[in-house]
Amino acid sequence: MSFPHDIDNTVDLLSDGDYIADRSLATAVCLSLNLRRPLLLEGEAGVGKTEVAKVLSDVLRRPFIRLQCYEGLDVSSAVYEWDYSRQMIEIRLAEAQGIQDREAIARDIFSEKFLIARPLLRALNSDDGAAPVLLIDEIDRADEPFEAYLLELLSEFQVTIPEIGTVRAEHPPVVLITSNRTREIHDALKRRCFYHWVDYPDSERELAILAAKAPQAGSELANQIVGFVQKLRDEDLYKVPGVAETIDWAHALVQIDVIDLKPSVIDDTLGVLLKYQEDVEKIRGHQAMRILETVHSAAGV
Amino acid sequence: MNATHPGTGNGQFVANLVHFGRILRSSGLPVGTGRILDAVRAVRFVGVSNRQDFYWALHAVFVNHPRQRHIFDQAFHVFWKNPRVFERSISALLPEVKVSQSEKSSQELARRLTESLYPEAVSADLVPENEDDVELRASLTFSDREKLQDTDFESMSRSEMEEAKKAIAKMRMAFDRIPTRRYFVDMTGKKLDMRRTLKRSMRGAADTISLVKSKRKLRQIPVVLLCDISGSMSEYSRMILHFGHVLTLSRKEVACFVFGTRLTNITRQLRIRDVDCAMDEISDSVVDWYGGTKIGECLKDFNRNWIRRLPLHTAVVLLVTDGLDRSEADDLESQIGLLHRSCKQLIWLNPLLRYDQFQPKVSGIRKMLPHVDAFLPVHSLASLSDLAEVLGPGSSQFQTERNRAYWRKQMVEQD
Repeated sequence: MSFPHDIDNTVDLLSDGDYIADRSLATAVCLSLNLRRPLLLEGEAGVGKTEVAKVLSDVLRRPFIRLQCYEGLDVSSAVYEWDYSRQMIEIRLAEAQGIQDREAIARDIFSEKFLIARPLLRALNSDDGAAPVLLIDEIDRADEPFEAYLLELLSEFQVTIPEIGTVRAEHPPVVLITSNRTREIHDALKRRCFYHWVDYPDSERELAILAAKAPQAGSELANQIVGFVQKLRDEDLYKVPGVAETIDWAHALVQIDVIDLKPSVIDDTLGVLLKYQEDVEKIRGHQAMRILETVHSAAGV
Repeated sequence: MNATHPGTGNGQFVANLVHFGRILRSSGLPVGTGRILDAVRAVRFVGVSNRQDFYWALHAVFVNHPRQRHIFDQAFHVFWKNPRVFERSISALLPEVKVSQSEKSSQELARRLTESLYPEAVSADLVPENEDDVELRASLTFSDREKLQDTDFESMSRSEMEEAKKAIAKMRMAFDRIPTRRYFVDMTGKKLDMRRTLKRSMRGAADTISLVKSKRKLRQIPVVLLCDISGSMSEYSRMILHFGHVLTLSRKEVACFVFGTRLTNITRQLRIRDVDCAMDEISDSVVDWYGGTKIGECLKDFNRNWIRRLPLHTAVVLLVTDGLDRSEADDLESQIGLLHRSCKQLIWLNPLLRYDQFQPKVSGIRKMLPHVDAFLPVHSLASLSDLAEVLGPGSSQFQTERNRAYWRKQMVEQD
């Protein structure tokens, strides 16, 4: 499927995939698709950065390739690796057959036949003209040498394999990079990308997200959930709940047949929303009751 | 698309865009020519009929850090209303900035000039400087330096202070190293480097394949320094900041903070190579010098804003404070507990330990002590170099265990 040709179109496209994007995010996505630039998404955990890539691959009907970053991620697990055991067998066979031309053997075993393509190399190969969506997830977890390696890939959409030569993408993949900002990404990499900071949604958009992602929760309950979570984000917490937590909570509440939020229910399920024991202790009981009261009174008005 | 396009013919618009880019650059955003070209392409794509789309298109191109969003927002609204306004406001600011800068540099020059004209005022240049010393003690071969080793920072004279600063500047901290997941070719290693082995076998003799081995790369442990700058710590904190400067310049992953009644990140200032400039910058940016201490609150601030932004799980945290908390915060214990659980090693450096009869009596100290891995003195050059031994390769585990056991016993005896 071809790219959306304007911003309204992008908003619609994302919402087809149940992703309720605000206009700023849609603008960034639209630009990155049409101008063939990677999109760097930063934001707190659980605001839907990874989801953008998944939804894009879904609605654009393109293969989804994900590279989860971690410290020490290297070429052999991110880009390509030679199939050593098969190469060894090939050498033994050549010897057994009495082939003496070492040059020819070398040429043969370092050919594409023995190459194992890892995510980044696979992303450069597009079947039937539809380049894949490549998600480079949590790049802040990878170390700097890897980031430097990405530079060539992201600006030229090519990879150099010493034994073979340069592999270039016929159709550049759609690249999304996410970061949780546990460290700063190098400027050289940022410069090659469009940037968007994914914020927590406002209550209107969060309601729309709940309606799309957890339709089992009735509108009454959804209103209360969103009201509560939005208020909770103003509290003094180590880690305020993201959208992912809101959706989880809605699912959890539906699962235990809750129709109306009550203090006791909140106390029992607070672990779904808050992931630090200090935060749970702080909100449980009195605070939860206070927040719930303001939510109820706001709904009453 | 039904948007109005600023086409190639519309030179004025591109000129404005370039102008806008230059304004952002002068406000500190990293805007290069490539960025501006991107902006032109982006605006051609979204058009200018919708102000909001126009805004977010430029935002996607020019902004690449959350901190820049605010600057961009202001610049956008001022500039795209009337570019002249911004220009005027900038030019109104300029002369002032220039004057203050030249004034500052002339002051700086004056100070430097004094130092070079009257060397005895600085008093330290008589000692030949031995540059390539690796160990701390190597630089302290002169007898007066030996004496300096055990002198309390607080009782040092001004000239001794200068000496001590020089000695600190030469310290090299051999912190423990940790393995990374990367490998390098090393024949004594255990892991087989298959790729190189195969390549080499293609070259060599026919019947044997020589194996290429590899070893894990090591990297330095990240260090986080948290230094108390309240009144009771004044002399020590100054020395610790010099120590922090050495640490920051000689290592890759260091973060330094100071706290009194509030927490300030001074890592950026300590990266300035010249130690005097760095200290000047710090004294300008820190507002709570020599006041009271709110350890609990500052730790809370640190825990909230920095725990997840620093590589703490592999880091050594050096907490420099006397533990005399005026505010008697209730959650000091839970805050230091959280910090302790979040980092690899938490080391408390306390100048009060210079007294042999020191007993953990104050409630703040009693609250914090159970949550630290080691409790060490930090009142003299010797104690700073002992620190190097505790944190050095190999010895750390044993040393800190013994230290913990000792202080646990002290606590029990108090009860």
